[in-house]
Amino acid sequence: MNRPLRTLTPALLVALLPLAACGSDDGDGGNGSGGTGDALSGSITVSAAASLTGTFEELAAQFEAEHDGVEVELVFDSSGTLADQAVEGAPGDILATADTASMERAAEAQAEDPEIFATNELVLVTPAENPAGVTGIESLDDDAVTYVICVETAPCGGLSAEALEDAGIDREPASLERDVKATLSRVVEDEADAGLVYRTDALASGDDVQTFDLPEQLTTEYPIALLQQSRNTGVAQAFIDFVLSTAGADVLTAAGFGTP
Amino acid sequence: MTVRSPLGRAPALLWVPALVAVLFLVVPLVALVLATPWSTFLDDLRTPEVRSALWLSMETSLTTVVLCVLVGTPLAWVLARVTFRGRGLVRALVTVPLVLPPVVAGVALLAALGRSGIVGEPLREATGLTLPYTTAAVVLAHTFVALPFYVISVEGALRSAGEAYDEVAAVLGATRWHTFRRVTLPLALPGVVAGGVLAWARSLGEFGATVTFAGNYPGTTQTMPSRIYAVYLAEPEAARTLAMILLLASVGVLLLLRNRWLTPGAAA
Repeated sequence: MNRPLRTLTPALLVALLPLAACGSDDGDGGNGSGGTGDALSGSITVSAAASLTGTFEELAAQFEAEHDGVEVELVFDSSGTLADQAVEGAPGDILATADTASMERAAEAQAEDPEIFATNELVLVTPAENPAGVTGIESLDDDAVTYVICVETAPCGGLSAEALEDAGIDREPASLERDVKATLSRVVEDEADAGLVYRTDALASGDDVQTFDLPEQLTTEYPIALLQQSRNTGVAQAFIDFVLSTAGADVLTAAGFGTP
Repeated sequence: MTVRSPLGRAPALLWVPALVAVLFLVVPLVALVLATPWSTFLDDLRTPEVRSALWLSMETSLTTVVLCVLVGTPLAWVLARVTFRGRGLVRALVTVPLVLPPVVAGVALLAALGRSGIVGEPLREATGLTLPYTTAAVVLAHTFVALPFYVISVEGALRSAGEAYDEVAAVLGATRWHTFRRVTLPLALPGVVAGGVLAWARSLGEFGATVTFAGNYPGTTQTMPSRIYAVYLAEPEAARTLAMILLLASVGVLLLLRNRWLTPGAAA
């Protein structure tokens, strides 16, 4: 059973090389049908941070309504994951992250310098009934309060660690969640007494959570950039301009974002 | 290929796709070995976070195997030896977690055992105990996904060992418990061992149900796969080292089971 395998493996590794080669030359395939001016058409893919979910759905819907024949595909994940995928050449036209650090990680995939289009603020949330009687971030020092934050590798995690330090909280969280949506759902599902999330997430949850402002404002900046692998730079650039326009800012502020 | 068969040459239509399949399975693993930063491998292993994640993974996976043996062996015996109404239904229900996406398993466990879950809420009111965010929750999540593997494996072994020896023991005056302990179980031992190793491997790699139900915190609930994922978000390089450790563990499992799976015809 061993012998035929050993003789054939090198041959097949060689056979696979051309396959690997053709995967890497799609950088300038350039079949972009997006012309200039008003004649925009075709589809683009926008990779956006998890905290942008509702807002970008709204922005994409408005953009599609304005431009006939244009389609915006949205991909949501944690900023770090999206940045890595962009560097590894995942198909996509635009990257929007929840912090500048993730965007810098994707520097080599950017076609132009990123622009800040929104800011977001960290807040403390509790389940609607606030079972542990949380009154603010200082309550997290109470042993009866089970609280969760984002893992330090997610943008919200770094900000949360800063918030805990500012407030002098030494007690450890019960869990480090993978992104802000996971942190929020722990609180909404009443599996945690408190959590640190963005104002936009708190606002989107409506009556499911109670929101407490932090004594010191901690904000994160959201950059957006055109990617080198964009096949439809005309439409992609128009979408970025739309996000940065006053109409785009209105959607962002309505969701609780600050504008730069 | 190289072995001449009286049936003629193996047709290219079969062996070419077969080799593509082998490459598909092998190339990513070879790539992982090549991409692992070996120069810093040992240093990466010695960080407190990795050590605590490794230790927690060992602790929880071995506890999972013990739980599987304790409740899974009796269940496998009941399914293999006792005829009762609804046995097929029970077997089907028991194997559902086998095909369930692990994240769904985690959500289901939260619905049942979360602090506002169907069982979790009365438990909390009566005893003040909550399961999520504890090491016990990790073991429960692992057992939930690993138990079906164990039960299926042991039940298969019990069935293929057959009931003839049990009958002989009964004729010779042994009680059913005595027969189980001295005859049935020793005959099914290879299946029990294989089931245990399978359950252990499944538990070692469990991620979705664990992060969903138990959470992710170094020292209490962060097992190796959770650590890999957390590290991967920030430093994909370092994640390869951790992934390599689990790959080595998986190869170890395969070596333990080689007599069962790597020899044609030996699988139950």
